[in-house]
Amino acid sequence: MMRTRFDRQLETLNTMLIEMGAQTERAIALSIQALKEQNVKLARQAIACEREVDQTEKEIETLCLRLLLQQQPVAGDLRLISAALKMITDMERIGDQAADIAEISIHLSQEPYIKKLEHIPQMAQATVKMVTESIDAFVHRDLALAREVVDYDDVVDGLFDAVKNDLIALIGADSANGIQAIDLIMVAKYLERIGDHAVNIAQWVAFSITGTHDGGEEAD
Amino acid sequence: MRQKITDTLLRVATWLAAALTFGALFFLIAYILTRGIPYIKPSLFALHYNSQNVSLLPALVTTVLMVLLSLAVAVPLGLFTAIYLVEYAKRGNPLVRMVRMTAETLSGIPSIVYGLFGMLFFVTWLGWGFSILAGTFTLAIMILPLILRTAEESLKAVPDTYREGAFGLGAGRLRTVFRIVLPAAAPGILAGVILAVGRIVGETAALTYTAGTVAQIPESLMASGRTLSVHMYALSSEGLYTGQAYATAVVLLVLVAGINTLSAALAKKIGKG
Amino acid sequence: MEKFRLRDVSLWYNDFKALKDITMDIVSGEVTAFIGPSGCGKSTLLKSFNRMNDLVEGCKITGSIQLDGQDIYKDPNINGLRKRVGMVFQKPNPFPMSIYDNVAFGPRTHGVKSRLVLDELVEKALRDAAVWEETKDRLKKSALSLSGGQQQRLCIARALAVEPQALLMDEPTSALDPISTSKIEELVTQLKERYTIVIVTHNMQQATRISDKTAFFLLGELVEYGKTEQVFSLPRDKRCEDYITGRFG
Repeated sequence: MMRTRFDRQLETLNTMLIEMGAQTERAIALSIQALKEQNVKLARQAIACEREVDQTEKEIETLCLRLLLQQQPVAGDLRLISAALKMITDMERIGDQAADIAEISIHLSQEPYIKKLEHIPQMAQATVKMVTESIDAFVHRDLALAREVVDYDDVVDGLFDAVKNDLIALIGADSANGIQAIDLIMVAKYLERIGDHAVNIAQWVAFSITGTHDGGEEAD
Repeated sequence: MRQKITDTLLRVATWLAAALTFGALFFLIAYILTRGIPYIKPSLFALHYNSQNVSLLPALVTTVLMVLLSLAVAVPLGLFTAIYLVEYAKRGNPLVRMVRMTAETLSGIPSIVYGLFGMLFFVTWLGWGFSILAGTFTLAIMILPLILRTAEESLKAVPDTYREGAFGLGAGRLRTVFRIVLPAAAPGILAGVILAVGRIVGETAALTYTAGTVAQIPESLMASGRTLSVHMYALSSEGLYTGQAYATAVVLLVLVAGINTLSAALAKKIGKG
Repeated sequence: MEKFRLRDVSLWYNDFKALKDITMDIVSGEVTAFIGPSGCGKSTLLKSFNRMNDLVEGCKITGSIQLDGQDIYKDPNINGLRKRVGMVFQKPNPFPMSIYDNVAFGPRTHGVKSRLVLDELVEKALRDAAVWEETKDRLKKSALSLSGGQQQRLCIARALAVEPQALLMDEPTSALDPISTSKIEELVTQLKERYTIVIVTHNMQQATRISDKTAFFLLGELVEYGKTEQVFSLPRDKRCEDYITGRFG
């Protein structure tokens, strides 16, 4: 008995996860762009994007619960669906963090920056890459790729340390810089957490393939 | 509209057929009863038969005797053969086919042929003369195929799941057959026995040539005797006591009805417990 | 502690090889489930444990099946074997007798005559099979007057009455409604404390619910055998995964 209906539903699940990943990436990209360009309109778009992410999370959650009820999955199917349920939680948090960054960028849009943003956009780029690749790893059952994502978090953490050191120096030079510096460190922290959530996603992807779940460090 | 006409026609035709059947049966019974009952007097049940009082009691006794004895010979033979064929013989065993074929052949032989065989073999060759014994054995051979066939069918009709269940509990084949299969097959087997009884009671030709026609209660198995049907035949062919012939017929009917009812009740009882 | 040890067991129905070199151990005090598509040999293997296959003509078996260390095919006492290894069939098959006589049949077969002892055995068996309350007031009534689920529990009681060590169940709930099914599953979970149970089932969820170990068979071979949780969450053999996820029937 080929479970064509079930397989189609799993296809739909994959599609929706890719969509959610794309929305999450867009939220990050928009919020960082808004930050760089000090563009309030872009910031508001980023926040709207976050609401889309929430909506998609609900839809995927409903689909997964329905699949559990209707199809009584076992083995690989069960791991896939339960991994999906965990992954969307992390992606939704990423969306929240992106929105928080957008909020801060609105706050910072009035004055020029104390320093040119350099590491922060790099962090953003790195985290977007991590999210893209972990969704990719899920859809293509690519264990090696998932493990790469986990390792890549070191890059994000390294960049975070760099941002921290730069900002500490700036505060040391002039305490008036502190006001902006604090917001900027928050942004960097949010990005670092996004990195950790991406790691979680990759670890759930690995679980869906191997059946063992490593880690589960709570970023929030 | 055409459907309705066909429906009604069919319904009428069916009803008519049923009515005719019941009518025929009813008429037959009514005819016999009306012609026979007036002649049923206590004298008809006298212990001895003589030309003045054509008592049917000896014939009645002989009939009962014949039924019991024939069954005593044929039922064990037929039943145990059936048990062997169904429960023990391996599939494709040539013996099975042979026995079945023999039984089929035997059941098709007209009873007069049995009578002649009986006379030649039991009466003459074995030297038993016209006797209850000769009659018994001839009838036994006659009803054997019937008993064998119905017993076989009844045993085969018992679902294998019963046997499986019994074996699964560690019962051997013998125990399974006698405690589980036979009781379950009993109603069917008894039905076969009733049929056989019917044949025995209705037999005339075969008995005339083997048991003879002596109208007294037989003193021993080697004595001759007549059953009710033979008695009826004798009376009507003599032409003097037609009334009593009908009376005999009435008694026969009552006897057969009684046997049927008894056996049905017995089968029900065994089937339940 | 192994109850059954199978080594290179192969079985032929005339020329057809139905079981191919099965080697496995069945642990006592556990429920082991046999799963697999139709015709894979799981029922055939089950019936070898109490030599019910001997009844099938043209059936030949090689290899060894040991019960408590004794090869069951070298022991001439088949009835004794079937006393120690009871069986419950797919369709309930109570004998056309009273409930009491059904349950007492086994003990009577094995020599119990005393009415008192039989009464006790019957009550105990019916209690153990969770059907005492429903039958205690109608022990003399025909077993066929019970519902399907009750009949099956009666058959379980009948098997338990001879005090076996192991119980073989061949798709015992496939002919029953969901409520009767769950009653019997509940029963199996209780019984495993005292008996070794091997159950053939087509119902995967049932296997996950009640069994400790699961064996997957395909075309007469033992393809996968392990703890139920492991077999159903991370099967080692792809054929097993395909079967349990329904990717082939």
